Amino acid sequence: MSTTLSAVSPADGVPGPGAHARERVTVLEPGRAERHYWRDLWHYRDLFAILAWRDVVVRYKQTVIGVAWAVLRPLLTMVVFTIVFGKLAGLPSDGAVPYPALVFAGMLPWFLFASILSEASASLVGNANLIAKVYFPRLIIPTASAVVALVDFAVNLVMLFAIMAWYGVVPSWQIALLPAFVALAVLASLGPALLLTALNIKYRDFRYIVPFIVQFGLYVSPVGFSSAVVPEAWRFWYSLNPMVGVIDGFRWCLLGGESRLYLPGFALSLGVTALLLWLGIAYFRRTERSFADVV
Amino acid sequence: MSDIVIRAEGLGKKYLIGHQAGREPYTALRDVLARGARGLVRSAADMLRGRSLVAGDEVEEFWALKDVSFEVKRGEVVGIIGRNGAGKSTLLKILSRITEPSAGRVTIKGRVASLLEVGTGFHPELSGRENIYLNGAILGMTRAEIRKRFDEIVAFAEVERFLDTPVKRYSSGMYVRLAFAVAAHLEPEILLVDEVLAVGDAEFQKKCLGKMGDVAGQGRTVMLVSHNMNAVERLCHSAILLRLGKGARARGGVRDAITAYLSGSASPDASDRWCNTGREFQNQYFVPNWCKITNSDPHRNPGEPFSNCYPMTFSVAGELYSSDPAFNLGIAVYNEIGSLMFWSFFRDTLRTGQSECSKGGDCVFHVHLPARWLNEGAYTVELIGGLHYREWLWAPGGRNPTVRFEILGGLSDSPYWDGRRPGNLAPVLTWSLERPSAKPA
Repeated sequence: MSTTLSAVSPADGVPGPGAHARERVTVLEPGRAERHYWRDLWHYRDLFAILAWRDVVVRYKQTVIGVAWAVLRPLLTMVVFTIVFGKLAGLPSDGAVPYPALVFAGMLPWFLFASILSEASASLVGNANLIAKVYFPRLIIPTASAVVALVDFAVNLVMLFAIMAWYGVVPSWQIALLPAFVALAVLASLGPALLLTALNIKYRDFRYIVPFIVQFGLYVSPVGFSSAVVPEAWRFWYSLNPMVGVIDGFRWCLLGGESRLYLPGFALSLGVTALLLWLGIAYFRRTERSFADVV
Repeated sequence: MSDIVIRAEGLGKKYLIGHQAGREPYTALRDVLARGARGLVRSAADMLRGRSLVAGDEVEEFWALKDVSFEVKRGEVVGIIGRNGAGKSTLLKILSRITEPSAGRVTIKGRVASLLEVGTGFHPELSGRENIYLNGAILGMTRAEIRKRFDEIVAFAEVERFLDTPVKRYSSGMYVRLAFAVAAHLEPEILLVDEVLAVGDAEFQKKCLGKMGDVAGQGRTVMLVSHNMNAVERLCHSAILLRLGKGARARGGVRDAITAYLSGSASPDASDRWCNTGREFQNQYFVPNWCKITNSDPHRNPGEPFSNCYPMTFSVAGELYSSDPAFNLGIAVYNEIGSLMFWSFFRDTLRTGQSECSKGGDCVFHVHLPARWLNEGAYTVELIGGLHYREWLWAPGGRNPTVRFEILGGLSDSPYWDGRRPGNLAPVLTWSLERPSAKPA
């Protein structure tokens, strides 16, 4: 059944809403690179904020102990690593740093990396209906999901400070650089995360690869031990893993200078991070226009 | 100002589809393994080349949309019509930038909002209030815009009391109302709408149509995909007709496009006449040669549906052999889901027919179906008949001569009803209004 409607005014001569002084002109063509990509992304910042907020809110709805999950996981991992690497294997700590603090300072960036990787790579498939029905820069979805990881990270950071206070570790001036290292950790995570996100939407095999990377990487990266225990000859090439530089940086800036930064390795890690970030964004941008067709 | 806000030139969209090659019913394990290995090699090669995976053994290109060109002026309301699979939704997806065209180009001036479904991105765990902000942002509103229109949205959706309840506890009606309310308060310069009018109950559709009318009245550019020809005719200034894969573009008056659409929409087996192919239905009483159903509408072109404001005539011609007084012939009429509407027999009224029937030879039976009596829809007329109380010559539901017709539009003079009515029939009966002017003494 339809209904009587007010008469529709004729098309001609009706001005558009608002002034069209600076109207956005969009050209859609096959293979056309988005000229205003970053401006467009900025235009959609509200959507980014609200999607990030949604992911955070939904994460703790209908959970009994809520944020406590973010506390329990690293705490238990720290206990296990301290016992296995510190006590059983008897690996040395950095200077006078208590082993639990060393482990926890390494776990902070590692868990950030691991959650960004897993949240982001699943995010596009999880939001398939959005992708199929609305346009927005697709980069928003995986990056918004990274914000959830940052919330957990903040909780963990508070725990680290509590542990440091317990063991009487006093941070020095380096702690002022912490925000820069957090940003570095996020960038180092986003590169591989974007790459895997874009691949995962096309080839769902990557759904199985991500947990593998996360599990494997935990032992390959210097989370449970100091990177100083790596033989000197290997130390430089060990830094090909970007998380080595990030974790070393975190220990250096949090543990009051007891952990020394191995500069050549750190520079290599920075280079790999930049390369992966560029690769991730480039591949994501190249494939994002076809996401709606393959999701 | 040159006021063309959307210009599409030679637009096309290609998909790759896979087919399963013919499979023999019994396969040896060896074959299965070999096929699996081949498939693995192929998909690995595809992945290395960065192509997407296509299921099946054979891959074929499929153009969902091909060579479509049109222009839309500012403030115009354009309907996009066409049969299922003609590429209507694909076209909207390209215009709203969800997917990229494979050929051609589009130039769009202004902010575009697309409404391809209501409630996109609603999260069941979040409250109504939270979902308004979420959905608004997804549809392209800024937070300030949503805050400004928040009260309006809530009032429109009539969900004030449940604003802080998770929407998973909403009734489906409330859910749809809230979803549409957000969408209805979008203020883009160009609005793309797909079939949203098709969901919800009559009341909701009325609200949608009303809102669409408002939007159109405010001078916004609207492109509307719909199967509801009434809505298209009422709301749109012009229409684009898409044809399967061909991308024909009958751009012009709404009426012309709709007529072109309807005339092309009759399915191939829906024929309004039947002819005896040869020696079918042989018996010693009556052999039908042809049947047909016609409508007295002088403006109707062949193949178009019937308008309900003209009566229809069903005719069956054939050769009468015997003058058995028990011989009877009639029709059974079924609606589109195959339920029987009624039977009617020529003996019902033709008392004098007895003498007419006593002579053999060629004859034509006619039966008139009144105007405004059946509902909108597709119908099948089956020839039935036999010897009364003795035997069926054409038993109902058998493989009898049948013709089909469709009724579309013209249900009544009233502006309130112009689509299909609830119920099987939609008779227009005679109503009168009496005003007892003075009290009886």
